[in-house]
Amino acid sequence: MSAPLKPLPAWADVALIPLINVVAAFLISGLVVTAIGENPFEAVRILIVGAIGDLEGVGFTLYYATSFIFTGLAVAICFHAGLFNIGVEGQAYVAGLGAALACLYLGFLPGYSLLVVAILAAALFGAAFAAIPGYLQAKRDSHIVITTIMFNYIASALMGYLLVDVLRVRGQMNAETAQFPPGGIAPQFHELLAPLGVHWPVTPFNVSFLLALAAAFGVWLLIWRTRLGYEIRTVGANPTAAIYGGISPARITIVTTLLSGALAGGMAVNVILGEEHRLILEFTAGFGFVGIAVALMGRAHPVGIVLAAILFGMLYQGGAELAFDKPKISRDMIVVIQGLVVLFAGALEHMFRRPVATLLARRTTSPPI
Amino acid sequence: METFAAFIVIFGSGIRLGVPLILACLAGLWSERSGVVDIGLEGKMLTGAFAGATAATFTGSAWLGLLAGVIASIGVSLIHGYASIDQRANQIVSGTAINMVADGMTALIGNAIWSQGGRTPELPETALFNPINLPFAQSFGAVPIIGPIYQHLISGHDIITYFAFALVPLTYWALYRTRFGLRLRAVGENPAAVDTAGISVRGLRYSAVVICGVLVGLSGVYLSVAQAAYFQPHMSAGKGFIALAALVFAKWRPWPALATCLLFGFLDALSIRMQGMVLPGIGPVPVQAIQTLPYILTVVLLAGFIGKATPPKASGVPYVKER
Repeated sequence: MSAPLKPLPAWADVALIPLINVVAAFLISGLVVTAIGENPFEAVRILIVGAIGDLEGVGFTLYYATSFIFTGLAVAICFHAGLFNIGVEGQAYVAGLGAALACLYLGFLPGYSLLVVAILAAALFGAAFAAIPGYLQAKRDSHIVITTIMFNYIASALMGYLLVDVLRVRGQMNAETAQFPPGGIAPQFHELLAPLGVHWPVTPFNVSFLLALAAAFGVWLLIWRTRLGYEIRTVGANPTAAIYGGISPARITIVTTLLSGALAGGMAVNVILGEEHRLILEFTAGFGFVGIAVALMGRAHPVGIVLAAILFGMLYQGGAELAFDKPKISRDMIVVIQGLVVLFAGALEHMFRRPVATLLARRTTSPPI
Repeated sequence: METFAAFIVIFGSGIRLGVPLILACLAGLWSERSGVVDIGLEGKMLTGAFAGATAATFTGSAWLGLLAGVIASIGVSLIHGYASIDQRANQIVSGTAINMVADGMTALIGNAIWSQGGRTPELPETALFNPINLPFAQSFGAVPIIGPIYQHLISGHDIITYFAFALVPLTYWALYRTRFGLRLRAVGENPAAVDTAGISVRGLRYSAVVICGVLVGLSGVYLSVAQAAYFQPHMSAGKGFIALAALVFAKWRPWPALATCLLFGFLDALSIRMQGMVLPGIGPVPVQAIQTLPYILTVVLLAGFIGKATPPKASGVPYVKER
């Protein structure tokens, strides 16, 4: 059909192509804004001011980003093993149950040990819920994409049942649990900074952010600096070669999905322990799916994921301000941008490769004088 | 007699709830049989529903709504086709992107046009696909047993419903009894062999993707211009994914697909009917348990505990010609 492509220089591969893809997604988003009769430049200005114009905006942006770092890492770690985990949404949802049960029934634990136990419970529940699709993929060859989609709905029904019929406080209208005891609450930064004399406006930005950064570093360490990480990458690159190398793809598949589910649990820590302080219906709000966009945009690398998560945090926070100022640009715009990022940075990631390669080749092979 | 009447009511609503599943499931069947995995059914259904309701609102014609819904859905299908066939993309990623874009875009545009939170205005009866009463439905209805079945289950549906049921034998015939169908199934199993025979893999897959767009677009139009009289954001409410589950459950075959979609529709109708009911000895019916049954059944089937669901061999695998 056509001549094979010359390999691109490393800088183009790592930076230029991903940048072009994301720019394409945002250009089309701009066209959409224009099409519904608003000025995209003004929209961007309102969005940025809303997201990082003051400390309150920054607090909310980083609060959202915390959730996205966790869900992005959860999706990315599976990418490395060649698995597509669409079930992060459901895993994070069920992880919230773990955190809530710990807080509601282990309230006697002293001080912040309850918080530690609640975080571990969230990770455990998230991992356990991911374990079933992981096991079925590894041992029974059931496609993890289909099973995790099914498990999202199973999670939604299960949690709906538990919150409405079992965990709800008697005589309460809302389907939610009782408030958690103080020991189970992840402190918010405005409380932590107040004694130090730093005034930070009241936002849900809480210590889970530090946990998210630690998780990002941990994932980097795991994937590129440990034997397990090497095995994960090998299975992802070539399962047959992995078997030849003495690695069991089934074991790696199960271990990776467990880790992914545990990372998804971090989102529950941020939202349930850090902000809501009680378990509520549908608290995941689609953030598990944002993780897919974040992981693709961040090229499954923790540094990229943190940056992409902050960008999406800005979009969510700034988007709320934008919807307030310009009712025509509702918050659905953010979902559109998210989808376009997945489309261009994921599905069509090689679309600009050929033109860029041709362009670069033309420049470097210009005849010598 | 009373239980029989209740059965007729539940089964009737089961059929109505099953129709969008049948159409979307057959759509997925066409696409996946050609080797293009489609988890974007949900997004295309929403696109079809939105375009259908919008066009019907502006033109006042249900048929123009149908046309618009189908064309919009084909357009989205072609994006998925371009990514999957020409760009050799990860088809799951592409489908995910389509679901996200469609979910956001329909709500966004709907809100921008009508400022009702994404909802379109109520369509007048003249701009809807209305129930068709088959001959003698009224008089024949008095006959015991068969009468109500004829009057309430067979008669009284709209044209899209009858078309959906007719599509099952049509799909079966096209896939298993025509040259095109044979080639299409072959391209989903072993595209290299089809290519060697001098038949275009690309052409076959693109035609499958377009057929998929038509059918799933129809299911969307059914939602907004027949079942309801408006479009509402997220109105497909996971039906695209249930259709996907049904496709797996039916092991990618047309007749079992019909049976599965009717079963899932029936379960849905049952769970709506049982809302708030108290059974002696059991207590309140856990409606969520019935609602999740399709998903649980699909997982159990995928796990190979009740038979084995094996997808077409080349589904999800981009075809690379030059070697």
